[in-house]
Formats: sequence, C-alpha cells, structure tokens
Amino acid sequence: MLEIRHFSKDFNGLPVLSNFSLALPRNSFTVLVGPSGCGKSTLFDLLMGSVSRDGGRLFLFGAELPDLRGEAGYMAQKDLLLPWLSLIQNALLPVMVKRKLTSDDYKEAKNLFSSLELSGFENHYPRQVSGGMAQRCALARTYFFRAPLALLDEPLSAVDALTRQSLRTMLLLLQSRFEKTILMVTHDVDDALFLADRIVVLSRSPMMVTQEFIPEGKKPRNPSNTELLHLKEHILRSLQEGR
Amino acid sequence: MTGRLIPAAATLSFALCWEAFCRLQEIPHFILPAPSRIAILLLTEAPLLLKHAAVTTFEIALGIVFSLAAALPLSIAMFFSPLLERALSPLLIASQAIPVFAVAPLLVVWFGYGTGSKVIMAALIIFFPVTVTLLQGFKSCDPGYQRLFFVMGADFRKTLRFLYWPWALPYFFAGLRVAVSVAAIGAVIGEWVGSLEGLGYLMMQANARLRVDMVFACVVLLSCIGLLLWGGVSRLEARYVRWNQDTKEIQTNK
Repeated sequence: MLEIRHFSKDFNGLPVLSNFSLALPRNSFTVLVGPSGCGKSTLFDLLMGSVSRDGGRLFLFGAELPDLRGEAGYMAQKDLLLPWLSLIQNALLPVMVKRKLTSDDYKEAKNLFSSLELSGFENHYPRQVSGGMAQRCALARTYFFRAPLALLDEPLSAVDALTRQSLRTMLLLLQSRFEKTILMVTHDVDDALFLADRIVVLSRSPMMVTQEFIPEGKKPRNPSNTELLHLKEHILRSLQEGR
Repeated sequence: MTGRLIPAAATLSFALCWEAFCRLQEIPHFILPAPSRIAILLLTEAPLLLKHAAVTTFEIALGIVFSLAAALPLSIAMFFSPLLERALSPLLIASQAIPVFAVAPLLVVWFGYGTGSKVIMAALIIFFPVTVTLLQGFKSCDPGYQRLFFVMGADFRKTLRFLYWPWALPYFFAGLRVAVSVAAIGAVIGEWVGSLEGLGYLMMQANARLRVDMVFACVVLLSCIGLLLWGGVSRLEARYVRWNQDTKEIQTNK
C-alpha cells in the first residue's frame, strides 16, 4: 500500500539514509526499532515532506507522490494538544482545519471518546487532564486525519507504565477497527513485540534494514510469553550489532 | 477583600502624610499643593479638566488603533517571510534608538497643532513594542505543533488562524499592556510641544502661571486614563487567553 523506494539523504556529506526501501502492506502494523540517532526521525521528516530528500520515490496505493503531506495521520511523543481548545475540539482539529465542524463530527468524536475511555472529558481543557488522557486524545486526533495511513513517532515514550499498557491496546483498536496502516518508530522493544505485525530492525549511518521479524501469536499478545522473550533477546542482539 | 484593602490603606496613608507635611511645614501651594487642594480643584474644575482629558484619551485611543493596524500585518509579514524580517528588523531596532521626543517638534511641523500629530506620536511609541513582542510570540511557537499542522496539510493562513495567532495572543497582550501605558506619554509630549487642547496643553498653561495644583490634577487624570486602559487590556486578556491563566486562578482562589 505504501512503498518507499531507494530513499537517500545526506546531511553535510554524511549519509543518514542511503538507498532505503520499505513496503507496508494494507492494514499492517510495522514497527521500526533502531538505536537512537539512526535516522528514524529523518525518515519521518522525508515522508512528511518537511525535509526534502536527495533521492528516492514514494508510492501510495500504486500512485507516485512527492510526500505524505495531507495523506497520513501523525502522532508524536508529546501530545501536542492545543491548550486553548477542549479535548473534543483538539481531536477534531484535522477536520476543523479543512472545514466547519458539523454535529455529526461531534457525534463521531463522542463515540470515539467512549472507546478511548475519555467520555465525560469532552469539554475539559488539556491542562485539566492527565498525560495519559491527553495522549489518548492525541490518538483520537490521529483518527480524525481520516487518512488510511498513520505515522507514529514514539507515541508511547512519554507516558508511565500503566498508561502505556492501555494506550497499546487502543493503538491496536486504531489498526483493527478503523483499518489503518500504521508505521511506528520506537526504541522500546516491548512496544514492538506487543503491537507489531512486523518488526524492522535498523542500523545507524547510513540507516539500513538489518533484520526483519514477524512475531507469532494473535494480538493482543503477552510480551512475557517465552517465545516473545526469545525474540526480544534476538532483536536486542541485532540492535547491538547495528550500532 | 484584603487584596484591595491593603493597597487602599497604603494610598490613603500616603495622602495623609503628604497633607500633614504640607500643613505642618506651611509649604506654599504653588510649590507643592496639599492633596485636599488638588481634590477640591478636581471637583470644581471638573468640566474643564474632563473636556481636555477627553481630547487626550481620544488621541491615545486613536494612536493605539493606528499602531495596531500597522503592527499586526507587519509582524505577520515578517514572520511569514524571513527575508523581510532580516531586511526590516535592523530598521525597527534603529528606529527605536531615536528618542521620539526629539521628533515631536517635527511631527507638529508636519501634521499641525491639531490631533493628528499627537495621534501619530502615540502610535509611533506603541508600534515598536507591539510589533516586536508579537513577532516574538509567533516565533516562539513549538516546532512540534508546526510539524503537526504541516502534516495536516494546513497552509500558512490556516496555521496562522488555528495555531500561530492563539499561540502569540499572550505575547500580544503583554506588548499591548506596555503600549497603553506609554501611549499617554506620546500624546502628552505631543501636546507639550504644540497644541490648543488636551491635558498636556492644560499642564503647560497651568505651569506657566504657577498653578501647580492644576498640573497635579492633570497628572491624576492621566494616571486614571492609564489605569483604565490597563484594566481594559487585562479584561480582554482574561477573556481571550483564559487557557493561559492557571497561575492567576490559583492566586485568586486563595
């Protein structure tokens, strides 16, 4: 569905990406893990078009595109909620930027809020809710990009362990119920084991795919299952080698 | 309640000390008039004072409107185009080095003794702080949010409306609050240099006749105008930047 072909990017003569290719099947959850500074963020920048690439082509549903601007949802480590908007308005922001909101939009958002356990907080402001709730609201906003694709840039890195578990479950909801194709970057192998259909391990400078894993078992998985623990060791080892 | 009581008590005791000092030392009223004398003058000469105060207020208000009309589009343009910012910011800073009081006589020559030169004077003084703080506000926007809007495919106009403008509002109000307090200086100096009405005109006339009590009455009125404008800006801010008022809420609850 999404195809990245031969992306390359130099910064001051230093190759960050060179000949990087990756294909995402429809409704798949792909997780990229790599050592910090390996160029994951640069890849996202290139995909969104906020940084221009030196070479490479991009295809979405078989059609070539310059970048994914306006074509993909986005969620970051920080919730990035606007403090002057209520939670429900924040979730609907991608719609609001395009057109005037209707009562149907609000109805849809309310339904989504109840699946994300945010009911009753629709009219609260971001500063009035916990970090975990804010991040769930950011997840709702990712849905309202109304794009088949979602780019998640370490969305679980800034929350505590308990919230993390519930957010993981909700991310799976985004994939299964709303049929999104998801590309997520993380440095947490447990996140990858819990969420991914495919785990791609990356090396540093230039960023390259060193190994790919397909974790077994239907989701939601239990990351403390022995097979997954073996896989975790394996991934950690290949991360070490990639440094 | 105590929040207002303490400053009121302080003001009152200051006035009482002043009154006592004037009476006990028998200071001539053309050197330092007692507060009671100023208060009585404020009442007896109210029609005259208010007439001139209205002129000055009008000049200040118009100055604020004009400077905002110029500062808003300019700061947005400078934010949109880094080239324009690089071209204009040295000029803006240099223009600030010119003591505006030194230009006041010129303004009177160019725009006459009427309201025009005072309005321009007030506008000139306000223009810089508002433009600069607003530009600073736009530029302080978190890159994470900018990236979010970029991915949404929002153009500059949309991003300005939904992100940059609300983001910069607290900065705008901070600039405006400084601006309204200095606007009075601009208008009054304009009137000192040459005018036929306004509180500044009244002050010059009174000063020449050793009517120091009248000068003080004008000062009191100017302070009132400044406080009213300040309060007005604070009110607007409380209404439009409610989301930024955490600390204030906490303070008033206690």
